[in-house]
Parts: sequence; C-alpha cells; structure tokens
Amino acid sequence: MSLTLDEVRRIARLARLRLSPEEERLFAGQLSAILDHVAELSALDVSAVEPMTHALAAGDPPPLRADEPQPCLAPEEALANAPARAGTAFRVPRIIE
Amino acid sequence: MSVGGRGGSPTYLGLAEAGEAIGRGELSARALAEAALARIAATDGKVGAFLRTTPERALAAADAADARARAKARRSALDGVPVALKDIFLTRGVETTCASRILEGFVPPYDATVVERLEAAGAVVVGKLNMDEFAMGSSTENSAFKPCRNPWDLGRTPGGSSGGSAAALAARQVHGTLGTDTGGSIRLPAAFCGVVGVKPTYGRVSRYGVIAFASSLDQPGPLGRSVKDAALLLQAVAGHDPRDQTSSSRPVDDYLSGLEGGARGLRIGVPREWLAGGLAPGVERSVRDALASYERLGARLVDVSLPHSRYGIAAYYLIAPAEASSNLARYDGIRFGLRAEARGLRELYEETRERGFGAEVKRRIMLGTYALSSGYYDAYYLRAQKVRTLVRRDFDEAFRACDLVAGPVSPTVAFRLGEKAQDPLSMYLADVFTITANLAALPGLSLPCGRGEAGLPVGLQLVGRPFDEATLLRAARALEREVPPLPAPEVG
Repeated sequence: MSLTLDEVRRIARLARLRLSPEEERLFAGQLSAILDHVAELSALDVSAVEPMTHALAAGDPPPLRADEPQPCLAPEEALANAPARAGTAFRVPRIIE
Repeated sequence: MSVGGRGGSPTYLGLAEAGEAIGRGELSARALAEAALARIAATDGKVGAFLRTTPERALAAADAADARARAKARRSALDGVPVALKDIFLTRGVETTCASRILEGFVPPYDATVVERLEAAGAVVVGKLNMDEFAMGSSTENSAFKPCRNPWDLGRTPGGSSGGSAAALAARQVHGTLGTDTGGSIRLPAAFCGVVGVKPTYGRVSRYGVIAFASSLDQPGPLGRSVKDAALLLQAVAGHDPRDQTSSSRPVDDYLSGLEGGARGLRIGVPREWLAGGLAPGVERSVRDALASYERLGARLVDVSLPHSRYGIAAYYLIAPAEASSNLARYDGIRFGLRAEARGLRELYEETRERGFGAEVKRRIMLGTYALSSGYYDAYYLRAQKVRTLVRRDFDEAFRACDLVAGPVSPTVAFRLGEKAQDPLSMYLADVFTITANLAALPGLSLPCGRGEAGLPVGLQLVGRPFDEATLLRAARALEREVPPLPAPEVG
C-alpha cells in the first residue's frame, strides 16, 4: 500500500490541515508503512462478525436519561477563551462577500 | 522527623501513609504541600514531569484540610495529601493544554468530574502533568513543550502518554496521580517507572471534562506507588456520572476491604501468545518469576489463548485515529485556543491547525480521515470494528477458564529518548500487550514485578472481567507483598 502525494494532499484538505512539502513527503512514507501493517486485518474472515460499535458492557442498560433542562455555562464563561469576539458572539472572518 | 521518610522529605511517604500521618496529627497538609512543591522545584528541571504547578490553590486547599483535621472532620484517607493531574483533565481557572500548542492559554470554565471528586475527598492538587500531545504517544516525547524523562535513567523515556503521571511518582514529587489510558497510556508508563497504574473498565470512571482522544477507548485511572494507594484513588473517583453518557450506573465495589485477601484459589490465565517470544530476556524472566510466585501463593495458572490479540495494534490504529480525527475537528481557532491570522474561514482553519498541532497529532488525524473517507470506510474502519468484536470474544472465552489474565505490560524496559521517535510504527508496537484491554473495554493493571535490562523496572499486567477491579487489586496486592520493593531512584 503506497499513498501518493496527491492522495496525501486530498486527505489533508479533508482534515483541514495545510502540510508543508516536507510534511507531505514524510507522511506519504510513514502513512504507507502504517497502512501496510494494518493490511494484515484483511487476512481475517469477518463476514459473519458484528462490528463492535460501542464499548458498553453486555447487559448494561442503554445510556438514556430524561430530556430535562440542566444548568449550563453562562455566556461570559463560554466566551472567556474566545480568540476574537463581538459582544456575545464568536467573531470569524467574513464568509459572504 | 520521625515520619519524614527517606531523605527527610515527607514526599517519600506513600499516599495512604501521608494521609494517616495527617490523621494522627504528626504532619500537616500544609507541610506536605510545601514539601511536594519544594521537591518539584528541586527535581523537575531534570525530570520534566510537570507543565505547571498551582501553589496558591494547593496551599489554600491544604490549609482547609488542616482545619478539618483539627476539627476531627477529615473527609477521607486522601484528605490533605498532595496529588497531581495529567494535563488532559480540565481544571477550572487553571490553564489546561493537553501538552498542545493549540490549547496554549486555554483556561477551562469548569472542572472534570474526577477533579471535583478528588477535591471533594480533600486531595490537594499541586499541579498539571506532562504528557504526549493529546495523549498520542508512548514516550511523552510528543509533548509540545518539553520531553519528560524517566527518573530511573534520565536518558530514557518514562513511557507514555501519561509519562508525567508516572515519573512524578517515581521521583517522589507527589503521592498520587491521575492519568488516562486509551491504548496503554497508564500501564506502560507505570511499568517503565516502577509504579502501580490502573486502567479501569470502560465506563467505570467519568470522562466528563477529560479532553477527548478516542472516545470509545479513553478511560481515566489512578497511579500510585503502592496497590493500596492506587485503590484509594480509584475509590475516590469511580462511579456513575450523569454528565458522561457512557458512564456505568453499576454500583462501585469496595476496593479496600478485600485488598489483603491473597491469591489463594485464583485462576490466573496465562495467554500463550503473550509469552511466545519477542520479549527482552529480563522482562520475560521477571514476568515468569511473578507467575511462579502466584503459584506459591496458592493461585492456579491456566493456559489460555487470545488468538486475535496479534491483530490488536492494527485494529487500534484504525479505530483510535478515526475517532481522534473526529474529536479533534473542534480545534478550529473559533471558540478557544490558538487562532492564526487568515483572510477566510478555510484558511483560518488550516493555518490554525497547521501551527497548533504537532507531527504525531497530524499523522493520526490524517490516518483517521483516510480510514473514514468515502470508499475506504468498509475496508478499514468497519473491518477494524469487527476485529474488535473478535478481540473481545477472545477474552470472554478466556474468562470461562480463569478469573484474570496475566502477562507482560511491554516487550522491553524503558527505551531511550529518541530511539523510536523517527519511526511511528515501532513506537506503536510498544503497546502490543496493553491495547487489547482497551479494545475489549476491560480493566487492566500494571504493577512492578522485578528489574530487567539495565536494572530498570519491569511491569506485570493483569487484565480482569468487566467491572472486576477489586479482583485485580487483590491479586496485585498479593504479589506486591512477595516482590522486593523497588528503591527510590536517585534523580540526577
């Protein structure tokens, strides 16, 4: 399994990462090696196996609760770490021209 | 000072002993907090276990604990004892970075549930501990701020990702710590640093306020210099939390009452795949000696098989990065943490994440994004989840014949700084024995069982049935009485 530089760039775009050319080359090699290792899973016949979609113990009740309002952060607390804010909102770059 | 422990510093006392000394009026919580802060100041330039200390908060908490002790109103055995937290736990008003540049300056507006519970029990938090960035790593070299070093040999890693949590104990800086374990991140550093670490059953300890890495695998847990210390900490933090959807509502066992019950009659499964070669000779000898000790103590060794454990690393390195790529999407430069200057929104996301994340974090986000991307989901992520089912079934089958399984924590003793840093896959393989307990959502424990190559500590791993931490702790305590105690390493 060998990832091309184009594939690395495509994945980086999906992940909202901007990689340097050196990182692209490094990751192409390293990710290819990791994918080679995980390819050993294809040796197993899993056609009749259910996927483990959660980690709860067998027999435990589903984690549901009554849908009731609970206390939450005050606006000032939620905004306290904002890199940029405007009043009680998070400020972002203009997205509509 | 009669209760001062070695070197005259009370930081050499265990957590339980320190608490008892406060209860008897022989030591004050303030003296313990001051001693811990002084010990950190004296040693941490070499060790690098702490990202920051919190002296004002600690001394205020210590004074409150002393007032309770004078009033004969101590809250628990932990009341007044200095502890420290991996920097993955949110602490209200105290910067929490997860050892990442992207969270530099982030001051959480609330405490993690486990922090609330520790402080409600009276424990005195003296600081936040170093770790691999976002808990991704097995050496604590991936910290964005500084590597952490192993107090047994400063040229070696303490293991990871909770390296600071284990190193701070080995260096006698604090009496107890909390870490998190997604693929071995409590047990590996505990083994490398010669301390006890417990990764509880998934759902036993709340993940609320714990910065998420891989949500179906992450589990907080305690580290201590003795089994009893780890049991006391686990007792304080375990239990249902309505704010964590996957928190179990099962009642919490009493981990202390049966601790001295011994190993007689226990059936200990020895997975044949775990001793099938590839272990460093000193590690294999220590683990086999520990198993022989259990037989002498009246336990019965049972041959069991975990045939799919060899696929654990491959399944894990699809599932964990997939979950991480989703969890780490929240670091976008909008609501908290780092923000890069940018002209548009997409550029803001990309610049912020490129500057804020370290290489290992980017690598895992890339891997996870790939495994979840259109056309690859079935071949990678879905297949890995099916293999996860097979790993869990292996343990279900083994536990028909035994009460717990035992084996090595790691194939080697602590490795050298830089030894695996250029080869991510070789770093991942350090977790080959620990990862299966996370995949199967089972409790695991690491305890010192001897000394291997270069005289470095070796860990024995015990893995138990779901929510049977009490049996793990009892079995660990039985061996702890047999194994010669490790000396305190000389830091420096």
